[in-house]
Amino acid sequence: MTTPPTTTHVRPNYMRIWLYLFVMTVAEVTLAFELPVGRNTKLILLLILAVWKALLVALFFMHLKFERWRLRLIFMVPLPLAAILITVVIMEKVF
Amino acid sequence: MQTPTMTDAMRPPFPAEPGSGVYSNKLGMWVFLASDVMFFTALIGSYIILRFGMSTPWAQPGAVLNVPLTGLNTFLLICSSVSMVKAYAAIADGKKYFLRKVPGKTLQDGGLKFWMLVTIICGAGFVGVQVIEYIKLVGEGFTPAGYREASLLAEHAAADPIKYGLGVAGMYGSTFFTMTGFHGFHVTCGVISMLYLYFTKVLPEKYSATDYRGIEVIGLYWHFVDLVWIILFTIVYLI
Repeated sequence: MTTPPTTTHVRPNYMRIWLYLFVMTVAEVTLAFELPVGRNTKLILLLILAVWKALLVALFFMHLKFERWRLRLIFMVPLPLAAILITVVIMEKVF
Repeated sequence: MQTPTMTDAMRPPFPAEPGSGVYSNKLGMWVFLASDVMFFTALIGSYIILRFGMSTPWAQPGAVLNVPLTGLNTFLLICSSVSMVKAYAAIADGKKYFLRKVPGKTLQDGGLKFWMLVTIICGAGFVGVQVIEYIKLVGEGFTPAGYREASLLAEHAAADPIKYGLGVAGMYGSTFFTMTGFHGFHVTCGVISMLYLYFTKVLPEKYSATDYRGIEVIGLYWHFVDLVWIILFTIVYLI
């Protein structure tokens, strides 16, 4: 039986993260329907905002930012696999 | 007043599994979430391939789906995520109560019972809004098989086939209901699990500052469900 080591980081300000998520959601909807932006630019910006929001949830609400690397790896391992899956299927479609 | 540190917030004093450094329940949830990443990747990946591999354009954003309503639902799920993490922080500080007055402050301080209840209400609200959305869509003629014959949407699509993606309506319907349906199933499972914990563990005050594993594990699941919705909302509703 081992006791986990302690760290000295302060607890994140959860309400501030919530505010960021809210503002980014409003920005997404505004960007998608109100702003006169090109289709490809809009696509890229929307994906960046979505990934940014997802990262905020994973890092601060799921506390990945403060976890050990071994635990982070469990969550990170499927990501390249997911990328490979999508790339391979796209290649199948293209060729 | 001393600022809470990660010592009490992030490193619960539970026995950790040798090697991984975390207790088995949490490790199990992380492994499950890793497998769920692949599950949703398969769904989202198939959607991307089907959508962008087609020469016929899909329905334009907002033509069929009610984006303001879903935007509100997204906000509800984000609120439930922050209330879940507040529940976690509350019990890590040993706050088992519902609400308690704090000297010198107008707002009362919320404890585990309060924040868990807020999370359950927001989660149930999300499922409720999704059910309303489904009923409305099917009523208008949008089904997993595409636009129902002689329905309102079928008439609109006949008048403007490009805007409503008439040629690929069946694929649009099937991918939409599959992805949002599986996500809704995850949310429903989360709400049922939280209700179970609320009545069997939270209300009888079985969690304490020294043992709140159940809250942390269900919290991880709940935040993951929120994370997946953030991606789905953008890909399905906005693009």
